[in-house]
Amino acid sequence: MTDYLLIESRDPFESNDTGTLCDLAKGLKRQGHGVTLFLVQNGVLPARPCGASAALSDVAQAGVEVLADDFSLGERGIASDRLAEGVRAASLEVVVDQLAAGRKAIWH
Amino acid sequence: MSNRTTLTFAVMDAPFEDARSTTALRLVDICARRGYNINVFAYEGAVYLPFARQEPHPNAVHGRDVEEEDHPLPREWVAAVIETAAANGGTLDWVNCGLCVDERGAGEAIEVVRRGTPGDFWAMAEASDNSLVIPTR
Repeated sequence: MTDYLLIESRDPFESNDTGTLCDLAKGLKRQGHGVTLFLVQNGVLPARPCGASAALSDVAQAGVEVLADDFSLGERGIASDRLAEGVRAASLEVVVDQLAAGRKAIWH
Repeated sequence: MSNRTTLTFAVMDAPFEDARSTTALRLVDICARRGYNINVFAYEGAVYLPFARQEPHPNAVHGRDVEEEDHPLPREWVAAVIETAAANGGTLDWVNCGLCVDERGAGEAIEVVRRGTPGDFWAMAEASDNSLVIPTR
């Protein structure tokens, strides 16, 4: 089993391929791997409850850890205590923690 | 390989254009504060991040002079994270892709930056605990 860190920097309103990373996250989880989906930059936009949030909640329900960069949330005026179901605010330190721990990382 | 954690980052975006450059430097800063050994391979437009001739400018529209505008310069951020790494017992080896530098005329980098090739990135990754490629769009 391998642990993965998937970093999403794009938002679904501008990029129609963000669903691919969600599918990858769920697929890896189904195969028994540990998976974190870390949202950063405009990637945090669907973390604000909206029509596009369902995809993130779906990923979280599949057992993937879904985190949103607190700095990116703050820049965009998104309250970290009012995020979509299954999404938690986190520091970018988590990315460095997981890189240092040897997680396989993909940036999208 | 020493016991100190070593991470390698590949960056591709030019400064002043995309949040990816800022996020990359935020990650490098966290590593520097932890005293990690850090490698950065700057490819394509990213070779301009440590370009020595970046200059602050005033903002006439808002009526601010150079000091008031306090325009951020990536070359200063790069120098700062290198100092932070050293102050915490780590290192930061910044390599600019030589061909990318030549085709852009970006040879005047701050002193600590060295010139290299994608082969350096391979060597850095091989010698690191982990690597992250932050690709351009």
